[in-house]
Amino acid sequence: MIRVLVPGQLRALARVHGEMMLEVPPPVTLGAVLDAIERRYPMLCGAIRDRVSARRRPLLRLFADGQDLSFADADQRLPEAVCEGRAPLLVVGAIAGG
Amino acid sequence: MATVRLLVGTRKGAFILTADGTRRQWRVDGPHFGGWEIYHVAGSPADPDRLYASQSSGWFGQQMQRSDDGGRSWQPVDNAFTFRAPAGTHLMYDGSAKDFEFTRVWHLSPTPADPDVVYAGTQDAALFRSSDGGHSWHELDALRRHASAAQWAPGAGGLCLHTLVQDPGQPGRLFAAISAAGAFRSDDGGASWEAVNRGLVSNFLPDPQAEIGHCVHSIAMHPARPQVLFMQKHWDVMRSDDGGGHWQEISGDLPSDFGFPIAVHAHEPDTVYVVPIKSDGEHYPPESCLRVYRSRSGGGHWEPLGRGLPQQDCYVNVLRNAFAVDSLEPCGVYFGTTGGQVYASADGGDSWMAAVRDLPPVLAVEAQVLP
Repeated sequence: MIRVLVPGQLRALARVHGEMMLEVPPPVTLGAVLDAIERRYPMLCGAIRDRVSARRRPLLRLFADGQDLSFADADQRLPEAVCEGRAPLLVVGAIAGG
Repeated sequence: MATVRLLVGTRKGAFILTADGTRRQWRVDGPHFGGWEIYHVAGSPADPDRLYASQSSGWFGQQMQRSDDGGRSWQPVDNAFTFRAPAGTHLMYDGSAKDFEFTRVWHLSPTPADPDVVYAGTQDAALFRSSDGGHSWHELDALRRHASAAQWAPGAGGLCLHTLVQDPGQPGRLFAAISAAGAFRSDDGGASWEAVNRGLVSNFLPDPQAEIGHCVHSIAMHPARPQVLFMQKHWDVMRSDDGGGHWQEISGDLPSDFGFPIAVHAHEPDTVYVVPIKSDGEHYPPESCLRVYRSRSGGGHWEPLGRGLPQQDCYVNVLRNAFAVDSLEPCGVYFGTTGGQVYASADGGDSWMAAVRDLPPVLAVEAQVLP
């Protein structure tokens, strides 16, 4: 299972508590995990990636196992720790006021 | 006894305020969608328990929520507001061209007869319609394809369609206000649009009387007299007696004719409310006294209404969608401030009380009367 932790406002929107647990068949790429999030939680379509451009929303970052994947391509494979369920993919809101 | 329900959108969530017909004791429910900007919450005239809420965030984009039980529970509906191609361009502050791009929904306007049919005004300025209760949205792109659209430029809040007024007696007649482009009228349900800005004067334009470029802040109509429109512009309070064909200034003896909202009394089509603000650079009331001004003559002569409102050291603003009236007798009048207060009057504005004092900055207020 792939673990994903999104910001609290998105957890409230998707009505999930704590981490998401997602089945993602290999190869576990960044794009495949984001696709799985949006399939399981369609209300998050557009909340992490722009609906039209599919680009990461500018005030969100993507981290995993100590790596910054914010600028990674969709077909980038996630670290082994994420693929093996030992670490979550983190979707983090920028510290941008508010 | 009837129940009055206020739908309040704020910078950090939605709140629902309820009171009985005396409108003295208010119960506050919320926040719904805590932490999100709620630009507007609107109820269907045909089914007051059908609510739509525009939920947005600089981090997470746009969500649209719907309730079928008066706000006790909500479900996310479709949030795909996709401009029909080609997007086209508009002007930016510096005069450069920029592609139209969706940012958020500013305004929701359910239709009078069908709770599933609702309009949404957006930033960048465009009009969308759903006919399935928000499960899908389709752009009525004739407005964004108006011959003037490439000349539209944003106001300080962005290039937004913030006001849509439906003529209840003439289905298909719509008025849209865009900052800073002006007012537009459709007589065919949004299939075509005409700019209706004759008589408006804006001194920040190279040609102050240009057909396009006016920063209209709000438009109001009394449903029994839909050919008469009232407008609060960036500066100037205006009136049209011919459905927007011509506008005349009715600022009269107001202490300032800058402001954001405008509203009409529920039972008196010539009784109009505005909230004067000191200037475009000083978004707080003149003399630091919060006063609603009421004209009983359709404009020109205005009386200050400050009883129960702060009359010293007050530096809040009242935004364009944050003013509403109810349909009870006497007419209830409500507004929310950027300081988080929601003020209520149960006597047409003669006296006021705070229904709640310490919400996040208020973006929108709508009033519903429930049997």
